[in-house]
Amino acid sequence: MNSTLAILAILDGISYAALVFLVSVGLSLIFGVLRVVNVAHGSLYAFGAYLAATFSLAIAPISPWLTYPALLAASIVIGFVCGGFIERFLLRPLSGQEDVLQLLITFAAFMIMDNLQRLIWGVQPIFAAEPLRLLPNVAVFGVSYTSYQVILLPGVALATLFGLRYFLRRTLSGAVILAVTEDREASTAIGIDAKRVYFVTFVIGASLAALGGALASPTTSLVPGMGADMIVLSFAVAATAGLGQIEGTALTALMIGLTRAFVIYLQPEFEVLVPYLLMVLVLLVRPFGLFGAVQVRKI
Amino acid sequence: MSGRIKPVTTIAIIFFLVSAVAPLFVSSWATLFALILAKGIVVLGIILLLRAGQVSFGHAMFFATGAYTAAFWGKYVGGGDIVLFIALGGITSAVFGLFVGLFVVRYREIFFGMLNLAFSMVLWSLLEKMFHYTNGADGIRVPRPALLGLSFTPETFQYVILYVSLLIAVVAFYGVQRYLDSPLGHMLRAIKSNETRLEYLGTSARRVLLIGYVISAFLGGIGGTLVAIIQQIATPEFGFWTKSGEFVFIAILGGSAHALGAFAGAAMFECVRFYAAAHLADTWQLILGVVLIVIILYAPNGLIGLRQRYGQAKQGGH
Repeated sequence: MNSTLAILAILDGISYAALVFLVSVGLSLIFGVLRVVNVAHGSLYAFGAYLAATFSLAIAPISPWLTYPALLAASIVIGFVCGGFIERFLLRPLSGQEDVLQLLITFAAFMIMDNLQRLIWGVQPIFAAEPLRLLPNVAVFGVSYTSYQVILLPGVALATLFGLRYFLRRTLSGAVILAVTEDREASTAIGIDAKRVYFVTFVIGASLAALGGALASPTTSLVPGMGADMIVLSFAVAATAGLGQIEGTALTALMIGLTRAFVIYLQPEFEVLVPYLLMVLVLLVRPFGLFGAVQVRKI
Repeated sequence: MSGRIKPVTTIAIIFFLVSAVAPLFVSSWATLFALILAKGIVVLGIILLLRAGQVSFGHAMFFATGAYTAAFWGKYVGGGDIVLFIALGGITSAVFGLFVGLFVVRYREIFFGMLNLAFSMVLWSLLEKMFHYTNGADGIRVPRPALLGLSFTPETFQYVILYVSLLIAVVAFYGVQRYLDSPLGHMLRAIKSNETRLEYLGTSARRVLLIGYVISAFLGGIGGTLVAIIQQIATPEFGFWTKSGEFVFIAILGGSAHALGAFAGAAMFECVRFYAAAHLADTWQLILGVVLIVIILYAPNGLIGLRQRYGQAKQGGH
């Protein structure tokens, strides 16, 4: 492998890791607060991508620069409408019931959304590369790459990382969310509306998944099944990092993104294997993930 | 206790009788019922683990192991016999289950589910990518096997495989129910309610769970072998995570309180799929998803739970 290929692999890895981070951190946040593994998360990603493509194809003739706000608008719409619906009408009625039911109801949501996606957008691949084409290419150590993928995507990922950190640790709303996560009953007793916290957290997590999809839409063709692939990948990242670990998720996404990119150049047939193999290896050695804390057994 | 189980046993007998007789009148039902029974066998394994409070989100790996055992035999050895396929499929899956189980029984709840998922995705990607051995996503055709040396025409064969599935389903149903009612089965329940107390009694929770896990892998392998024979193909889809989700789905649909739930759920699932797929092509999952949501929200104990709730209401809410 020569140095050009190595640089290409690193850049591929970074841009991919940025997308994976956005989706996984949403999953991890939802799990951290609601204790629900949201199987529909991949569908939110796919819906974000499809709606963003629809918006940007519609608005590009007016002004191509409006495609950027269109991507953002699509992810917020999906986060609120789909995410809000799932939390309010599917998960909330099940609070206090067995965990497996909450997991399964998001699986049902996944099945429905997967079919809806085929009904709404069809099975033909959709391309909407306008936002990618607008930005110029940049040269990184002599290798030309789109600045959309190598500057914008990692930039959004970093902004999300620091934004979430700031929100959770420095703001009152963040403190409220952490309080509910730590002890729902005590926080309800001091007047916190736990239901609202769950709703807001789920919408934020869902919007992040949709944002990942929206930002991915210019770089890839949209096909049925993209949600199913993304959900297991974000499971792998979130579980490898340790569920609920924001910084850990970023590092793990980078690790998996880079490893995957190098494997694609060296041994392409093992591409899909990488994240799961890493997940198995990490969980075998560190049962609660790389950055996860050991839970105390209760008698 | 026995007063509550007896009506369920009656329903079980009726169900197995119907699946034996009904296909004689409508021939397209032979394959449908064979699939219901085969999937029910897999779901028995899921119910067993649910008894311990553990949700495996990767059980399709054992289903795929069974299916590919038959497929590889057909591809590399040629011919084959149903009895041989099922024995091989079950044993290979059980051995694989023992290997995976040694790792996963150390984990609980979400991490148990996740690690199972990871192992199954590793298997899935190997099946998909080792193109030279597995034909990749196209899968391997499973030639129609003989039964104890006798070969059949396609028309007769669908009944042969139906009755083989029925026989195994009845044995597995009875065996699992006996197991769940045995001390070992009750220990599984203790893992769910309070594992530490189980260990205070001097029992290794991990060993109890491992035994359950291997049995459930064995059942998964047998179900997978049967489905591969029925559909005459094994593809990587057999081991994809959505397949695992489907099995957990069926278990909850039917109700995990009794082994009959596995077959009740499988019957409902396959019937909805059979008719929805015939009329709606691309949207049968949508229908299934809605059915699942309604069941979870309004009857969280599944079809079997519905029946029991009805029974309890009749006895005056006891």
